[in-house]
Amino acid sequence: MSISSKIVDDFVAEGVDFITTVPCKQLAGVIDEVDTRPEIYHIPSNKEDEGMGLCAGAFMGGKKPAIIMQNTAIGVTINTLATLTQYYRMPLPMLISYRGELREPVACQVEMAVHTKALLSQMLIPTYHFHKESDADELPEILKYTFMCNKPVAILTDASFWGGYGDQ
Amino acid sequence: MIRSEILREIAPILRDHLVVCNIGIPSQELHAIDDQPTNFYMLGTMGLASSIGLGVALAQPKPVIAIDGDGSVLTNMGTLPTIANNVANNFILMIIDNGSYGSTGDQPTYTGKKTSLAKVAEACGCERVIECQDVDTGRVLQEALDSGEMTIMVVKCDSGNAKMPVITMDPVIIRDRFMKSVQA
Repeated sequence: MSISSKIVDDFVAEGVDFITTVPCKQLAGVIDEVDTRPEIYHIPSNKEDEGMGLCAGAFMGGKKPAIIMQNTAIGVTINTLATLTQYYRMPLPMLISYRGELREPVACQVEMAVHTKALLSQMLIPTYHFHKESDADELPEILKYTFMCNKPVAILTDASFWGGYGDQ
Repeated sequence: MIRSEILREIAPILRDHLVVCNIGIPSQELHAIDDQPTNFYMLGTMGLASSIGLGVALAQPKPVIAIDGDGSVLTNMGTLPTIANNVANNFILMIIDNGSYGSTGDQPTYTGKKTSLAKVAEACGCERVIECQDVDTGRVLQEALDSGEMTIMVVKCDSGNAKMPVITMDPVIIRDRFMKSVQA
C-alpha cells in the first residue's frame, strides 16, 4: 500500500470527513487519494487561511476537519491560527509538507523551512515531524490527540519521508 | 440606511437561523441588537466569515446566513470561487456593501469606486447573485431563504457605524452555544 493511501486510511479511520487542501508537489499523491474517498468531503482552498475558516465552520457544523498544505502557509495563517482556531479552541490536524529540508532542490524553500519549527513552537502548536515512513505509524494517535485536546496540531512531512523529488 | 439599521430591520428573520457574523462593529451591532445563541460572532480573523459560514452550511442541513462586508470579502476574494464550486443550497452570503472599512474608521474600499462584488461573484460562477438596496434587504433575504438555492446578496447601503459595546463573551462560550444550536 502506498504511504498516501495509508495516511488517508488513517484519516478515514479516525472519522475525518472534511479535508481542505492547498497543493504542494510533495502532497500531490495524498491529495489525489483524498479526492477518491467517498467518506471525505474534499474542498480545495485558494489560500490556507481561507481553508482554516472552512474547517472552523465544518467543525462547528459537526464534521471532523483537517487541512493539507505546505509549510510556507505557516506564514499566511499565524493570525487565523491564533484568533480563530486557538481562540475558539477548535481541533485542526494540519498535514504539512516540510519544504526546504534535506533533498530540497529549490533554494528559496529553505528560507521558510528555517522558520517553520520556530513559528510553530512560538504558537505553542504541538508538532510532529515525519522523516522516515515508519514515523507515520503515529498518525492515528496524533489525530486522536488533536480531537481530544481541541488544538491545531502540525504534522511536518519532509522530502525524505515522501521519497525525494523524483527527477528534479 | 447604515448597517445597524439594516440589522435591526432583519433581526426578526435572522433570529430563527444560524448566523456567522463578520468581525468588529458588525458583530458588536448584531450582539447589541439581538443576541442569540444561533449567532457566531467573529472576534478576530478578518475576511473569513464567508468561509466559516460555507463550512457550517456544507457540514449540516440547517440554513446558514453569513453576514460579511465589502472590505472583508476583498480581503478574502478567493472565497467566491470556492463558494461557487461547492454549492450549499442552505447557504446565504449577505455582503453588506457600504463601500468602506467600517470598523477601522470608514476608509473607502474599492467597491465604492469601480469594483462590483456582484459581478465578481457572477464571474466566479455563483449562480444566484442579487444586488439590492438597503431598504429591500429583508425581502431579498426572505426570498433567498424561500428559494432553497445558494444566494449571494450584495446589499448597497450607506457608510457608518452605531456606537455599541465591545463583545466580552468568552469565545469558547460563543462557539459552544452556537454548536448546541446546530445540534438542537
